[in-house]
Amino acid sequence: MTGKQRLESVVKYILLFSALMSILIVVMIGIFTFREAIPAFRDIGIIKLLTGTVWRPGQGQYGILAMIAGSGLVTLGAVVIGVPLALGCAIFLSEIAPPAVRSIVRPSIELLAGIPSVVYGLFGMVVIVPLVRNIDVPGNTGFGLLSASIVLAVMILPTISSVSEYAIRSVPKRFREGSLALGATKWETLTKVILPGAKSGVMSAIILGLGRALGETIAMIMVIGNSVIIPFASSDNPLSIFLSRARTLTGNIAVEINYATGLHESALFATGVVLFALIMIMNSSARMLIGRGKWEKK
Amino acid sequence: MHSILKGSSLLFMLAIIGFSSTAGATDVIVAGSTTVQPLAELLAEGYESFTDDVTIIVQGGGSSVGVKSAADGTADIGMASREVKTSEFEENPGLAVHTIARDGIAIVVHPGSGVHNLSVEQIRSIFSGEITNWNEVGGENTPLIVVSREEGSGTRAAFEDMVMDDELICLGAILQPSNGAVRTTVSITPSSIAYLSFGYMDDSVAPVSIDGVGPTVANATNGSYPVVRPLNMITLGQPSEAAADWLDFILGEDGQAIVVSEGYLPVN
Repeated sequence: MTGKQRLESVVKYILLFSALMSILIVVMIGIFTFREAIPAFRDIGIIKLLTGTVWRPGQGQYGILAMIAGSGLVTLGAVVIGVPLALGCAIFLSEIAPPAVRSIVRPSIELLAGIPSVVYGLFGMVVIVPLVRNIDVPGNTGFGLLSASIVLAVMILPTISSVSEYAIRSVPKRFREGSLALGATKWETLTKVILPGAKSGVMSAIILGLGRALGETIAMIMVIGNSVIIPFASSDNPLSIFLSRARTLTGNIAVEINYATGLHESALFATGVVLFALIMIMNSSARMLIGRGKWEKK
Repeated sequence: MHSILKGSSLLFMLAIIGFSSTAGATDVIVAGSTTVQPLAELLAEGYESFTDDVTIIVQGGGSSVGVKSAADGTADIGMASREVKTSEFEENPGLAVHTIARDGIAIVVHPGSGVHNLSVEQIRSIFSGEITNWNEVGGENTPLIVVSREEGSGTRAAFEDMVMDDELICLGAILQPSNGAVRTTVSITPSSIAYLSFGYMDDSVAPVSIDGVGPTVANATNGSYPVVRPLNMITLGQPSEAAADWLDFILGEDGQAIVVSEGYLPVN
């Protein structure tokens, strides 16, 4: 009996240790990144770093506004393309598809999650980029935000679709039956009963996808062009801003860290701190949104 | 219990033996330029087939890292695919540079662009963003797309040094992080132009002559092709005995044969 109890408490502490470990790792990475970034914040200045539009480390110019804009726009593009697609997949799989179809479609979507990002990058470079280049706008090279957003949309599709599908499935069956029994059509049941019921799960699915999109590196480097410019519309149509080349925060770090020394290296860590902060702001605002959703339901 | 003890003591003994055998050999740590790295690995292999008691360990990191690690002693030899900068010499006056090979940098365009020859001034204006249309240099009326390496790359530094003078490469250029990615980008992007290490040229891109001189190994060897950079090994002061022996091997007949077989220009 005492032996069993001892085992229980040992297991308890092992589990506690694992939980503490994950916190410790996050905190350590945060502290390390921030410490390495301190010289950049001190010597360049936070305001100058965040609002500077020119990044020329060789000339001592460090401004990451272009990269913040690049990361933001490419994530926005991926969400606009990817979220409807992923939600469509999730609704189809959970509500419409017969089991035989589901058993083919779902593994294929899950397979997308297993493809290494460098393969997405390669695909984007030799297939998407030449396709996008066909859009007739001056200065369009195919490399840029649109190609990157398309690649990214496909990459976040499995995450958003599988988590949303799970959320939609966990809406109790009696809700559906009740709605249909009251004479609502399938579409009305879906939009007025099931999706509102699954709202918080779908929101967290989208946030997970956003996190993945902001953090994606190698595939972006291969298709976005990596130019350090603030994206601009090159024709009268404001949407042509998505044909502009750009650089993401992650790409900035990955492309240059191999060579960076001194202040340059520190500025790259500062880029990492900004990325860290962006993801934290996004995650906590998502948490607030989801929390509020639950509150309203009560 | 006994067998576990026996097993672990055996492992321990093996570990000690393993340790002492590597401790008997001398390690030479080489770090830096990713352009020089593959060549250095082959040169290390070639050298190690002659000797048992020296192990050459080759690491990447980039040219700047090469200079830095030679200066602060983290590596016995630093590799750089460019000249050592004046600022780097000012920081560490003791740096000694050993040129082991030379590499040409070619200007390449997307095949079918119709432009086969440019002057150094034209190339400078193209990469600085002053010339933006092919028709300004005798081509068709299409916008020029500049492809370049990222800041800090040895190939970019050498190109800036030899072609750009004090002009800066335009911010709108597509940047790719390796010679291979630059080549792919040019091969799939019509009306693009880039610079590329000789070792990476193939049929997917079209070479451009500079002031009438084509980017060939023959032209680079006889000195008529202007954009040739050194591949350097850097030591702090005189190299250690083992490192000096390896450098002698590289500059000797066998080493230079490896240099030539890899498509680089030998030093004489």
